[in-house]
Amino acid sequence: MLTSRGLGSELEVLAVGAEAVLLKGYFLGIKSVYKVRVPKPYRNPKLDLKVRRERTLAEAKHMISARRGGVNSPYILLVDPDAGVIVMEYIEGDLLRNILNSLPECKACTLLEHIGIMTGRLHNEGIVHGDLTTSNIIVCRCIGKPYLIDFGLARASEDIEDRGVDVHLFLRSLESAHFRVKDMAFRCFLDGYGKVVGEENLTKVVNKVKEIRLRGRYVEERRRHY
Amino acid sequence: MKTIVLGVESTAHTFGVGIVKEREIIADTRYRYEPEKGGIHPREAALYFMNIGPSAISEALRSAGISARDLTGVAVALGPGLGPCLRVGATHARAMAAYLNKPLIPVNHAVAHIEVGKLVTNVKDPLIVYLSGGNTLIAAFNEGRYRVFGETLDIALGNFMDTFVREIGLAPPYVVNGVHQLDRCAEEGKELIDLPYVVKGQDVSFSGLLTAALRAVRRGVPTENVCYSVREIAYSAIVEVSERALAHTGKKEVLVVGGVAASKYLKEKFEAMTGSRGVELAIVPPKYAVDNGVMIAWTGLLAFKSGITVEPERAYVRQRWRLDDVDIPWFGQ
Repeated sequence: MLTSRGLGSELEVLAVGAEAVLLKGYFLGIKSVYKVRVPKPYRNPKLDLKVRRERTLAEAKHMISARRGGVNSPYILLVDPDAGVIVMEYIEGDLLRNILNSLPECKACTLLEHIGIMTGRLHNEGIVHGDLTTSNIIVCRCIGKPYLIDFGLARASEDIEDRGVDVHLFLRSLESAHFRVKDMAFRCFLDGYGKVVGEENLTKVVNKVKEIRLRGRYVEERRRHY
Repeated sequence: MKTIVLGVESTAHTFGVGIVKEREIIADTRYRYEPEKGGIHPREAALYFMNIGPSAISEALRSAGISARDLTGVAVALGPGLGPCLRVGATHARAMAAYLNKPLIPVNHAVAHIEVGKLVTNVKDPLIVYLSGGNTLIAAFNEGRYRVFGETLDIALGNFMDTFVREIGLAPPYVVNGVHQLDRCAEEGKELIDLPYVVKGQDVSFSGLLTAALRAVRRGVPTENVCYSVREIAYSAIVEVSERALAHTGKKEVLVVGGVAASKYLKEKFEAMTGSRGVELAIVPPKYAVDNGVMIAWTGLLAFKSGITVEPERAYVRQRWRLDDVDIPWFGQ
């Protein structure tokens, strides 16, 4: 694919994610990540091609817009939608999922606030991430700042509904994998988020998150609405 | 002395009575309400349960060859499910427990699907994919409970499939010889048509797909192609979110539970996914994947041994009792 064009170096498997394989290597001398959306054996080939192509293009587009809006996310170096490949800069750091439970509270709060700020900036730019979980945030080792990664499900949207889904997904990833720190983490996240989107939008999104959670099946709180 | 627990299931269309003696299943009685047309009418199902309930319990005791006095406790599914149906099972169980002066054990129906699945497939700590008429969720054990990692944002997979085939005139019956009408109709389909494939993070959504698919049928697109496309899209979305949850949780086993687990096409897709990730796949056999009393009895036994009981006058049914509301103190024992 890319190596055959003489653009890439030897690649080393970094991670096998749910929908893509991440490879580490050099691209034009820059330490890079190759994100390759591999065909899924369980999907009809036509559906598979459509899903992979659309997501590759959308991801690249939204990552560029995100950076424009002041969100830390990797620089894009090359996009090949038919092959399902994006080449981007390599961020040295740890996944938030792996370090959140062991961070001291004050440090975690500052970090979560920063993530809230970036989520707010992303939303201000008219983009929703679509898969905002603690697995999709890298905490950069050099400057200690969070980077949003995996824009594979990102969409252009200014709907409060879609913004609410982002915040809801993030909250649920805290609940499911970081149960002990979730209240503190979510509060700090919302502090940062509110600073960027403003009081009015914050209230709208928070109310939407509540509504989304009530919509889920078998939610106890919903009873009160009857 | 061996612990013997009788379990009553009545959350939807099945009135089930199961009895377990430690890990041994000694009775499994089931009565299923089959509507002549449309879906499950909760009141009709409840009436049916009231008629057959007492005899179903006697039958289970008879087939186990024990007397009600031999029971250690009585377990009952208090939710989630249809209110009128739940109340019938709960009434039977409360009456038995009070009359026999035996402990009453509250069981969550979703937890019971998982526990019986673990019992019959021998998996230990799986990613759980729970697919049935009323449920579509992906969960895994973490910090004391089965935590929900993904679920449907609107309608459940089984509900979606049932509604679609009913609206296009293929059902009821929804399932013939163990094959759902959607799978049956899709067998003739060849061409994939453009319908919405909605995955939001680890959640799925089927309401848009349902609307678009029904519109396609009305527009004159060959039904078999719509069925095929619907099946491909709906099942692929489920497998995709399962794969995402696997990546997120790092679990090494997948356990598919619930009434929709029986589809061979869904199984093929799961096999392709788990095979490529080197993860073990366990699908609960149809007999225990559908609603039954054994799963309530077995989970009741686990709960009882962890000291969980409820006073009959406090054993309220909970129509929306969430899976992640339930502590699982027996996990890993």
